[in-house]
Amino acid sequence: MSTYSVSDSTAAAPRAAVAFANPSGSYGVGLAASLAWLAFGLSCLAWPDVGDWSRTDSLGIGAIVIAACVLFGTFGADYLGGAGEGLRKRAPWLVALGALFTLWEVATAKFAWLPLPFFPPPQAILEVYTDDLPKLLDSVFASIKLQLGGYLIGAAVGFLTGVSIGWSQKVGYWVHPVLRFIGPLPATAWLPIAFFTFPSSWSASTFLIALATGFPVTVLTWSGVASVSSAYYDVARTLGAKPSFLVLKVAIPAALPHVFVGLFMGLGSSFAVLVVAEMIGVKAGLGWYLQWAQGWAAYANMYAALIVMSLLCSGAITLLFRTRDRLLVWQKGVVKW
Amino acid sequence: MVTQATTEAIVYPAVGAELDIEGVSHAFDIDGATLPVLDNVNLAIAPGEFVALLGPSGCGKSTLLRLVAGLEKPRGGTLREDEIRITGPHPSRVVVFQDPTLFPWRTVWDNVALGLEAQGILKTQRHRVDAVIDLVGLTSFRNAYPHQLSGGMAQRVALARALVNDPKILVLDEPLGKLDSLTRIAMQSELTALWQRKGFSTLLVTHDVEEALVLANRVIVLSDRPARIKADIAVARPYPRHRGDPYLAELRKQILGLLGLEATW
Ligand SMILES: Nc1ncnc2c1ncn2[C@@H]1O[C@H](COP(=O)(O)OP(=O)(O)OP(=O)(O)O)[C@@H](O)[C@H]1O
Ligand SMILES: [Mg+2]
Repeated sequence: MSTYSVSDSTAAAPRAAVAFANPSGSYGVGLAASLAWLAFGLSCLAWPDVGDWSRTDSLGIGAIVIAACVLFGTFGADYLGGAGEGLRKRAPWLVALGALFTLWEVATAKFAWLPLPFFPPPQAILEVYTDDLPKLLDSVFASIKLQLGGYLIGAAVGFLTGVSIGWSQKVGYWVHPVLRFIGPLPATAWLPIAFFTFPSSWSASTFLIALATGFPVTVLTWSGVASVSSAYYDVARTLGAKPSFLVLKVAIPAALPHVFVGLFMGLGSSFAVLVVAEMIGVKAGLGWYLQWAQGWAAYANMYAALIVMSLLCSGAITLLFRTRDRLLVWQKGVVKW
Repeated sequence: MVTQATTEAIVYPAVGAELDIEGVSHAFDIDGATLPVLDNVNLAIAPGEFVALLGPSGCGKSTLLRLVAGLEKPRGGTLREDEIRITGPHPSRVVVFQDPTLFPWRTVWDNVALGLEAQGILKTQRHRVDAVIDLVGLTSFRNAYPHQLSGGMAQRVALARALVNDPKILVLDEPLGKLDSLTRIAMQSELTALWQRKGFSTLLVTHDVEEALVLANRVIVLSDRPARIKADIAVARPYPRHRGDPYLAELRKQILGLLGLEATW
């Protein structure tokens, strides 16, 4: 009898685990998400638009398709592996988004509770993505090109300068005062001069983005190199290390966490410079697209460009975090983005 | 000054280097004042000899080791390795510091490989790294990062990092200080075996009188700061030594007396 009860309890254990991993509550949230998106879809189709938008029906049908996918995914989650698990985790967010979109749709396109040209409905933004895609893509590529060039130059120059000041007192003597004098100046203050003195607005903007990136990278690399414990150098020197080894294999790896802080700060301030430079000088890029849309009072285009811009910036930060996590696996307890 | 003549001639292998410390004095400047740390220290270590340094905390033992390593220049006197004046660090004199100071961005294996890499001979000598990691018993932790190690394990990595260079003089600053007593005893016999096999000269700083007596050919007792040599005691006993040996117990009593601790033994 006792053996029987033992085998009985072991058989019950996995069943209990399944029930725990898949409580009815998670189905409930999935169902709610599906309903929220269904409501969004129906809200698009139920009433006539107050304005003239061509994508209302496609948006409504798209939302209903999403609702169907969520429903299917919720009940089929066990057979979908990682995707099902991901859906389950994001279900509460899907509920919130569906509700928000519904509200947005009703408040703008259907009853115009929000003043209209300034608050375009979702279908107007969708229309931008479908109908103005080539121009938007051109702008995206122009922005990425400008940002990437300036950022890489600024990061490289800043890193090298920082290591040199941190390592050599002679370099520090000359560069440090210059850095203190020029560094804190916002890079955008150079805009008027830069656009005059550089051969093209593109090179001027590259310079400004590099400047905005370079300052924090320099300062943090420098402080990182300067704060390396002398015990590390002692160890390396007694083991036969030459100065080049001390710089490349001791000072730089030890300073790398600081360098990444500088790279993050530089990324933030260079985004600001990018947008301003594009608005004022360069006739391309998302900043210019925003400016252009404002000139035509094309508010939907502005929102569309803003969304793309925020995705790009967020993507860039994520990329930097991934790089850092890969390079600094030896650190414990680092912030996850 | 208490000196005992070595009663039996010990033959050392030829690998170790001779170390001569002649009239070495040193001081630090702290806030304008001068803090004398070493006062006319004279010490000659024969090739392959194992010498232990004992002294009160803060008397200047680590400072003396830094001078031997060539990390600092003495204010007075000279240090010579095999008749050649010590002017800077050299991998023939490797130090195991009081703190393990492992590089946190390197794995255990890469930390141990540091010396060979710095000397540019790692490519052909990788087996030496593997061997010495096996020796300190960390084979399964070769890919771990320092923050994943215990204090004692980190100390063993530091020891391995020094040993892999096949030094002529091994300088040890309380290398077993952070180990629990069991590991400590195991590492002590490991160290003796290694020293006997390889024949390097050894200069060991320790707080533990018994450890000094079990390991060393000679025990040097230093005075309070500024450190002077108070006694130079030969430990004429063959290895392996036994902790209960009455001869060692007698020496221990004598040394504790020199350190002003006769009541506590
Ligand atoms: N870099 C330094 N600058 C100023 N004073 C120092 C420096 N290094 C050591 N000292 C001083 O020299 C004295 C001896 O220090 P040292 O580290 O050699 O002691 P120690 O004998 O190794 O002590 P312990 O056994 O506690 O390790 C101490 O009083 C310390 O304050
Ligand atoms: Mg010390």
